[in-house]
Amino acid sequence: MLLNQFLLLAAVLFAIGVYGVLARRNGVLVLMSIELILNAVNINLVAFSAVRETVGGEVFALFIIAVAAAEVGVGLAMVLLLYRNRRSIDLTEIDQLRG
Amino acid sequence: MNVPAALEGFDSLTSGDTVVAQNIAFGILSVVMVVAALRMVTTRNVVHAALYLVIVLAGAAGIFILLGAEFVGVTQVLVYIGAIVVLFLFGIMLTRGALGEDEEANTEKRRMAALVGVLVLVVTGGAVLDSFGDAAVNRSAPSLTSEIGDTIFSQYIVPFEAVSVLLLATLIGAIVVARQD
Repeated sequence: MLLNQFLLLAAVLFAIGVYGVLARRNGVLVLMSIELILNAVNINLVAFSAVRETVGGEVFALFIIAVAAAEVGVGLAMVLLLYRNRRSIDLTEIDQLRG
Repeated sequence: MNVPAALEGFDSLTSGDTVVAQNIAFGILSVVMVVAALRMVTTRNVVHAALYLVIVLAGAAGIFILLGAEFVGVTQVLVYIGAIVVLFLFGIMLTRGALGEDEEANTEKRRMAALVGVLVLVVTGGAVLDSFGDAAVNRSAPSLTSEIGDTIFSQYIVPFEAVSVLLLATLIGAIVVARQD
């Protein structure tokens, strides 16, 4: 197996995640796309770890999984608060800070 | 879009049955993951998007195991599919019907997002192809979970403690943010 095939797969998933973050208006779907991006990064880290035959990259992947879980917890709490206050989770309507 | 990643898996089919099996597994996994990811970001139904996310995450777990990182693969299944997706499904249920059927109204925004995504893919893919031309993954044995544990609790002990504090802060923060007053 070539290293490149894993890195390219991760790049494709990353690009799809970027598209999801930019194109979707549903707050929950944007959070899911962020998870896709973090997973692409994890694939990269584990692939490099396998090439170098060390466990450093895998440890970083585990840290990223933990931080992603924390991020989803806070993010969904914010989306729920948004829904409770505005009855909508359309992110294009959240523009009070626009100048 | 998924053709390069899928086809490159079948380049080195000549060196042993194991490599062939690995490359076939990689090809199947990568095609399934890319298709599911594309469906996830384009489907209208949010619940279906969460289920497509499960497919992508399970495929990533398979990729980890293919790379010899068993512990990361098992943790992926436990934490992502077991916990995070359930959290997403709860979030979807609690905000059901919040968004109308006009999800695809803004085609201009979609086109710009697709452009940015393709540009990101071209730049990162080009850089990757330029930098790691024929580096091969051929590890002699899967990584040992005991070695991961030793590394976390010696070299990376400070980040580990920081993550535990972060999880505590997240727990309290999520409760404070979502609490009904």
